[in-house]
Amino acid sequence: MRRYTLAIFTATLLSSGATADTSAITNAHIFTSARAGEIQSGTIVISDGRIAAVGTNVAVPKGATIIDAKGGVVTPGLYATGSNLGVVEIELVKQTNDNANSSQTLSAAFDISYGIDPDSMVIPVARLGGITRALVTPVFGDGGERELLFAGQAAIITLRAGNSAVVKPKAAMVLELGEAGAGRAGGARGSTITALKADLDDVKWFASHRRSFNDGSTRELRLSKPDLEALIPVVQGKMKLIVGVHRASDIREALKLAREYHLNIVISGAEEGWLVADELARAHVPVMLNATTNLPGSFETRAATMDNAARLDAAGVTVSFANGDGGHRARESRYNAGNAVAHGLPYARAIAALTINPATTFGDGRNVGSIERGKQADIVIWSGDPLEPLSDATTIFIAGERQPMTSRPDELTERYRTLNGPLPPAYKN
Amino acid sequence: MLFVRKLVAISAAISLLSACATTQDDAAPKPAGPNLDPQVDSNPFPSTYKPFPSVPTAFVGATVFTGTGQKIDKATVLMRDGKVEAVGANLPVPAGYRAIDARGKYVTPGIIDAHSHLGVYPQPGVDAVSDGNEATSPNTAQVWAEHSVWPQDESFNAVRRGGVTSMMILPGSANLFGGRSVTVKNVPSTTMQGMKFPDAPYGLKMACGENPKRVYGSKGAPPSTRMGNVAGYRAAWLEAAQYARKWDAYRAGGSKGEAPPRDLKLDTLAGVLKGEILVQNHCYRADEMAVMIDISKEFGYKISAFHHASEAYKIADILAKEGICVATWAGWWGFKMESIDGVAANAALVHAAGGCAVIHSDDPVLAQRLNQEAAAALAAGRKIGLNISDAEAFKWITSNPAKMLGMLSRTGTLEPGKMADVVLWTANPLSVYALAESVYIDGALIYDRSNKNLQPKSDFMIDRKAGGTE
Repeated sequence: MRRYTLAIFTATLLSSGATADTSAITNAHIFTSARAGEIQSGTIVISDGRIAAVGTNVAVPKGATIIDAKGGVVTPGLYATGSNLGVVEIELVKQTNDNANSSQTLSAAFDISYGIDPDSMVIPVARLGGITRALVTPVFGDGGERELLFAGQAAIITLRAGNSAVVKPKAAMVLELGEAGAGRAGGARGSTITALKADLDDVKWFASHRRSFNDGSTRELRLSKPDLEALIPVVQGKMKLIVGVHRASDIREALKLAREYHLNIVISGAEEGWLVADELARAHVPVMLNATTNLPGSFETRAATMDNAARLDAAGVTVSFANGDGGHRARESRYNAGNAVAHGLPYARAIAALTINPATTFGDGRNVGSIERGKQADIVIWSGDPLEPLSDATTIFIAGERQPMTSRPDELTERYRTLNGPLPPAYKN
Repeated sequence: MLFVRKLVAISAAISLLSACATTQDDAAPKPAGPNLDPQVDSNPFPSTYKPFPSVPTAFVGATVFTGTGQKIDKATVLMRDGKVEAVGANLPVPAGYRAIDARGKYVTPGIIDAHSHLGVYPQPGVDAVSDGNEATSPNTAQVWAEHSVWPQDESFNAVRRGGVTSMMILPGSANLFGGRSVTVKNVPSTTMQGMKFPDAPYGLKMACGENPKRVYGSKGAPPSTRMGNVAGYRAAWLEAAQYARKWDAYRAGGSKGEAPPRDLKLDTLAGVLKGEILVQNHCYRADEMAVMIDISKEFGYKISAFHHASEAYKIADILAKEGICVATWAGWWGFKMESIDGVAANAALVHAAGGCAVIHSDDPVLAQRLNQEAAAALAAGRKIGLNISDAEAFKWITSNPAKMLGMLSRTGTLEPGKMADVVLWTANPLSVYALAESVYIDGALIYDRSNKNLQPKSDFMIDRKAGGTE
């Protein structure tokens, strides 16, 4: 019964929400993630799924549905990166994992967008944590033995309740260097970079010699045709290349490679990023990091520290937060950001690292990531400070539509809220 | 940290001397072997931990979570000779105490992590030091986690910065019987014995469900099913009961004649049957927990706690009635089939049913923030209308884990006479912005955020690239 009701509720929202409705959030303490900065008490007008106005002296249009935030904090919807939302239901149930493959011929060509399930039971849990958009990234499914360097292509999704999640497929390419990359190139870093350069050279050659490749008059190339095709936008600098890398010296190698091949890279991981912060800033290379990775989990993260985000930000690097788990625990990214604040990151920068920074890093900054006129209305109203575990999202808009505020774990909780009823819980539906 | 190094050096020297003395005194030929009765020396790896030097200390003007569920404003906390001496509002500070202005700050018992793998799965996570799971047989009750603990794991220092003063370190969950756990005081030490919690009962790690059946089933060995798991537990308890009976009969006969064969595995299981070793049972699903309870009744032992216990909320009434603690998370769910029904309100629902809820880590990153995990668990409870105070929720990481470790009479609260394992926080520790400002173990200042000389570092980190602070 509950599920049925929810379905109707969602359908109603979808049919009427985005079209002509106008809403206004009033008495809001707004962190805009835009030039307007923090607005102590303001109004946001939402019309046709977009932000029509934001500020202190904004008139509420006649007939608008008013949501009184009562002084509560309002932020842009949070933007998850390094996420597996929609492609992993249960990690240890392999059939439910669509974020990795172990094919010997498809690496760069692996396109995660085809496997995304908008009805995933994990998405509503992340959404209740304030996440409205995500970069869903492939990982390696080969146990480190396959000698193919790329994991595949990431996609941008919306967490809006409904039938269509993918906003932009092929949003970025994923590569790992360092220890993991070495494992895919014979076991040592020296061969990873060499193999990578050879692959990139092949892609460039392939792009201008398709005909001779197709008629078989060329030497054999290491990568399959789909992989070569997929990498063309990367060597043209049109597709972001996410480079998973941790050690300071490996980050330097990644920067060198990007310079040499004119690659548009994003550093992911970057536990030792603070040691090369100035170099990252000078190269205008953004970073995705986990704010709570502070242990020397391997020899390539010996300098991991809670200060990493604060130091990179202070050096002028664009920092986005990526949660280590990426799916079931994606909702914790806001607490992790709070921990970065506790270790020196200015508050507004932490909100930016959860919102506008990932949006701009992945070419989505014109659409979402801040509360400013013209952007899609992905907005969250909070019961308190969003970086605190004791606060909750109370109202969530995605593209101007109010989202259902429940999830499968919430329904289970309700089912077992009281025990020892006359009939087993199976009858509570 | 000079005094720590001195202390370790001195205690090492003392134990060396006594060992030499024993050898020299043994002029007569020794008997052929050690006494085989497990009860004669049930503690062959004794703790050498001694509290670090301390001075009488008073926190003045603090907000206190006592660990018993109370909150006291404008409180004074007095510590002396390693013990909590008094806690109350506006108590005068006696002469000779180091007074610490704690106005605007919080004082709590040290956090106890009831499920840790520090030292047995240390940093860096390379195979050479990965010693947490003796996954070679479904019953390895003979192994002791303490023999895998690497005291140089930097995580000990990291979790201390998060206010953790004690923890139970367990073997992994590959086996039906994973081996003995060890409880440690979170003090820097060159040896495992130097951090071993004196006189703490051992635990026995047991595991339900997916892990044992996957690990052995995939090798073509039993168990490969949940029913295989249960048959494995029952067969082992039968054998242990016979073993215990044989030894009891031998002792009743004056320990004369040929002693029954000694078996390290059965020593541990018999210790459980005698109530000396506490069962710490990894178990996710409600239906499996109910079966484990029946097994415990069949063989007459008590389950101290179910660990992880994602579905505890489905049988919170039964668990409360049986007096079994539930050590769980707020945020972890859905990573395996048996955790698909995990909910954030699990601990709060267990608490509301009158049970013993514990927030544990199972993870060196989460262990640095158990206070925040408790806050997330509390938030989930409040969201469904459970009226639980901050101070009550703080029991989930202090007195309740102390209870499930069998240590509540000695630590876990700020009641007078208890070990002065105490944390001074910069703010309400349920806030993400609160940092442990200083950490005391047995009344001694072990960590001070503002004093570089009181910020221990493991040997592995000694050449750490400069500049990182924590």
